[in-house]
Order: sequence, then C-alpha cells, then structure tokens
Amino acid sequence: MSMDRRALLKGIAVAGAGAAVSATPTEASEAPQAPPDAVGMLYDATRCIGCRACVTACKTANDLPGNLYDPPNDLSGDTKNIIKKYEVDGHVASYMKQQCMHCLDPACVRACMVGAFKKRDFGIITWNPGRCIGCRYCQVACPYTIPKFQWEKANPKIVKCELCLHMLKVGKQPGCCQACPKAAVIYGTYTDLMADAKERIAKHPERYWPQGSPKIFGEHDGGGTQVLYLASVDFAKLGLPDLGAESAGALAQKVQHGIYKGFVAPVALYAILGAVLWRNRRAAAKTGGE
Amino acid sequence: MGRMERPLRGVADPPADGVGRRDFLKVCMIAAATVGLPASVGRRWAEAAQAGLKPSVIWLHFQECTGCTESLLRTSHPDLGELILDLVSVDYHETLFAAAGYQIEEALHQAMEQHAGKFVCVVEGAIPTKDDGIYCQIAGRTAIDILQEVGSKAAAVIAIGSCASWGGIPSADPNPTGAVGAKDILTGTTVITIPGCPANPYNFLGTVLQFATMGTLPALDDKSRPLFAYGRTIHEHCPRRAHFDAGRFARQYGDEGHRLGYCLYALGCKGPETHANCSTNHFGEVPDCWPIGLGHPCFGCTEKGIAFHKPLHEAAVLPENAHPPIFPEHRRSASVPAVGAAGLVAGAVIGAGLMASKKIAVKDGEDER
Repeated sequence: MSMDRRALLKGIAVAGAGAAVSATPTEASEAPQAPPDAVGMLYDATRCIGCRACVTACKTANDLPGNLYDPPNDLSGDTKNIIKKYEVDGHVASYMKQQCMHCLDPACVRACMVGAFKKRDFGIITWNPGRCIGCRYCQVACPYTIPKFQWEKANPKIVKCELCLHMLKVGKQPGCCQACPKAAVIYGTYTDLMADAKERIAKHPERYWPQGSPKIFGEHDGGGTQVLYLASVDFAKLGLPDLGAESAGALAQKVQHGIYKGFVAPVALYAILGAVLWRNRRAAAKTGGE
Repeated sequence: MGRMERPLRGVADPPADGVGRRDFLKVCMIAAATVGLPASVGRRWAEAAQAGLKPSVIWLHFQECTGCTESLLRTSHPDLGELILDLVSVDYHETLFAAAGYQIEEALHQAMEQHAGKFVCVVEGAIPTKDDGIYCQIAGRTAIDILQEVGSKAAAVIAIGSCASWGGIPSADPNPTGAVGAKDILTGTTVITIPGCPANPYNFLGTVLQFATMGTLPALDDKSRPLFAYGRTIHEHCPRRAHFDAGRFARQYGDEGHRLGYCLYALGCKGPETHANCSTNHFGEVPDCWPIGLGHPCFGCTEKGIAFHKPLHEAAVLPENAHPPIFPEHRRSASVPAVGAAGLVAGAVIGAGLMASKKIAVKDGEDER
C-alpha cells in the first residue's frame, strides 16, 4: 500500500487547520471573574490569637476524627483546616490559617481528568467521590498544596475544605467562622469581603503588610481566590506562594496552546519524521532492492 | 447590716489565746497536704514547732499594700493567724507588732544578732532603686540598706508576693521609683520567690515549714519559684480547659458564654502563660475562690512582665508547642539511606531467588531427560 507524500501532507494540514480553528475560542486572555453568587472567607492574621477554636469547629462540622490533645501538625486526611505559627526569634510573629482557597480559576479543577473536582454553587470547589479515580493530580496541581489523600485508608478519599457547603445550604455559616472568638476569620459574599478588607486597610494601613501599600492576598494572586488574607508579615513567610496574577491553569493552557499555535509545531515535527522515513525507505530501496 | 449576720471569723471572734494540740496537728497536716507532702511531714512539722525548734522570722515591709500579710492572716481555716505565730517565731513584723519606733528597731537588731545565720528573712514589697533608693526609708535608712544588712545575715531569704519577687505594682510603667524585686538587690544569695498578688499563703507556709523541719529548700525554677507550686501553668489545670479545647469562649462580660462558664481566653485570660497553682489550690480553701473560678480572666500576677504590664484584655501567648510551624516537618517512617539499604537487601534476595530457581529448573530438566 502506498500513499504519496503530497497526499499525506495535505491530510496533515487539513487536520491541523481544524485543530487550530477549534482551539481558538477556548483561549482565555482576561483575568478570571468570581461567579455572581460567590462567597468566601476573610482571614485577618493580625486578629488571630491562635486559640485553634476553628480547628476543632472544623472537625465537628465536617465529622472528622481527632482532637486537640493530639493536635494535627498539618493539613491531612482528617484535617481540613489548621492554624500554624510563624516565629521570629522564638516568638510568634503571626498565626496562619490554612484551608482551601477556592480559586477563581482552580488548578485542581483543570487538572482533574474525570471531572471529580468542580467549581459549583457559590463558586465553592467540591470533590465528587463517585467520579474520583484516585490519581491525585489535584494534589500536584494545587499551588497551595491543599487537597490531601487518606493514605492510611483502604477506600481513601481526597480531603479538603468545601467551605462547609452542607452548612451553607441550611443557612448556617462555616464551622470555623462561627467559632472564631476574635472574628479573625469571617464568612461573607466575595464582594462584601473584598470591600471589608479594603476598608480595614484604609482605616489601619500601618497594621498590614507591606507597609505603605498593604496587599490583600487573593485579590489577584493566582488569578484570584475566594478566600482572602490580610497579615502583618510577608505572605511568603506564611506559606502563601508568590504566584503572580495569572492562574496556574491559565499558564498551563498558554504553554499548551503555544505549542499547538497554528498547528505549526506538530506539522513541522511530522514533516521531519516523514522526511526521515522517506529518506530511509529510499536508502533501503537503493541498497536492498528486494 | 443584713450582710453581717454571720460574723467573719477572726474578726468578730475573741482573739484565741492558744490552740489545742489536735487543732495544731491538723493544720500542720493540711499545710503539708496542700503543698503535696505526706501527712507524716505534717506531724514532723508539728513536733518541731512544739519542741521549740521554731525558726526565727524577720519580716521586712517595703513598697507594698500589706496584702500578702493580710491574706496570710485571713485564710478561712480557723486561727491560722495564731498558728503562724506558733509555728514560726516572728521576731520582727511591722504590721503585727504592737511596738513602734526605737522599741521595734531594737527588736530587729536583737533578733538579727541573736539568730545570725539561722533566721529566715521574709521580704514583702518592692525595693525602690531610683535616686539611691530614697523613696522608701525606715528609721532613716533606705530599703536597699536594710535588705542588704538583714539579707546578708539570714539563713534563707523568701520574697513573698509579686512586689518582692519581681517588682509587682510599684514596677508598673513608668516605674517612677525604679522598683525591683529582692532578687535584684541580693544578687549573691538565693532568694526564693513566692509571687502572687497576693501570694497563696500555703505556698509560703510550705516553703518556710520545709526549711524549719528539714533544713532544706524546695526545688526552684529559673525564676526561683518553688516548683511544687509554680511548676505548671494555670491553663494546664484550668477547670475551664475543656471549653478552651472545644472552642467555647465567653466573648463579653455577662454574655451567654460567660454565664455558662465558658473559657475566658478571649477576654484576655493570661492562664496559658502564667505559672501558678491557683487552679488547684484555691484561696483560703474556699472552693472556686480564685479569679477564673469567679468568672474573671487570670491576669498573670505571678509572672514578671505580664501582670501590671500587659493590658488585661490582651490575648495571652499560647504555649509554643501548640502550633505547628508554617512548613511543618513530617515524620518519615524510614530515612533515605535505610530505604536504600533495605532495597539493596531485597534486590539481592530476589536475585538470589531467581538464580536458585533457574538452577533448580536446569536440574529438573536434567532429571527429566
């Protein structure tokens, strides 16, 4: 069976053009927007007293095992929320609350190949055990390393904060926000929280980092998050990575789409492969001559 | 005067002029038990006191409110004021002495000479150091002078109350008199501190009686506080601890959580950073007679730099080990070299097994042939 070179290249070009055309509409160029009904949390580290009432409340609200006599030291298969400390010279400089950030453009949702992760009602990112195949790509994809896997279980689950969606549905606040004695973490709509954070900065700019022009972590970081942070120290010291304004998913998409832009690279690759093939066949025909 | 129907003990009662042996023994045993010593020690205390081996005590007052003396005299157990006088021989005490002026000065010098090197010097109140210590003078001498003279001749120096221990109220900002504790004046000698505002009388009694009976001093922490009383924080033994762990806080005085007896941490309780036995040894042996028991946050009176220095509403620093760092270290079940070594061994075993099975297969083949 023989197919001449001309016909092969023609076929490739047609397929490439089709792919290029179909890829264009999915290209995201502008910053992700919060859904209109988005809710979230605002954690003000300068108000936190480190009492860990939220850690216990989270365990109660989500029916997770463990107690504070044997306190967890990190997020895990049975800890969705944790308070950590940042020390300077042996003294606590700031506390830090860790849980899912509920990104506007979540990397976990993009990475999940079976659609177990979804950004659902109120913009909350949830995990569907019925779909999950346990590949843990979400763990690798998350820039904040939030999703945790129950390694010790025979039928393990992915565990992460779902903003107490089950409680929001019955008109209650998330467990941690209910429990906080100093209102260091509060629940509200995304727009309200953003306005609140800006108001706090306007009132007491000296309290927040960086001095001069305080920053709300999550306003733009990683494409923006529905959980917002205010702190008196560098967010990087509190374990929040410097992600830039672009989300990890958008960056990955850009790289992928860059490779396939105009389908030039694949066409070139196949052209080279085809040329090598053609040369080898010609050489074989010359020498072997079967 | 409806509230005065039941006269206060020790105030309205006629002064007791003696204590029965039985009562005396009982108090000694209670004193021993409250500081965690066996009843036999209480008996030994009583014997020592009755045999006239009472230690001489010289009690110095400086910048203070006399609250420590008052609380010592007003413990609810009957006649404790009398007993202190029977258990120890107080040879100089400005509050308790009827004498005054030259007479009492004479008593001080006599006691000091007579029991030199054997008496216990108790200091109550802070010592002002600013402007050569002129802000507290007795008989024309500064507190520094008096303490240095008496302290140098004492067998043991005990600072009772927060003022004498680390400065207390007089040392509160801006500390106009430069008030310091006895420890800062008597730098060369061991000063046992019994801080508290006021100090729990049993912590003091336990220390004095241990010295009187056994001639030893209790084990001390780095701030010279007896470990039997100040070894743990209030938070560790707080009756409201369960509320703390469950995240149930009183958020305002008089709110629902406060009425239900929830944790007072959010109101500024300093229990987590204050070392004292108040939570287990209530004042005057009256159950719940201590700040947290009465619904008020601990204000950290035994701790230097907290009471009278930190605002009452300011949240206490929780014990360091309670929070993980931002990037916690995760325990590995095995180290990298160990896993490597185990891998080598496992590989060798598998390899050996494969070779052995090959040989067996060859052998079998030979047999079949």
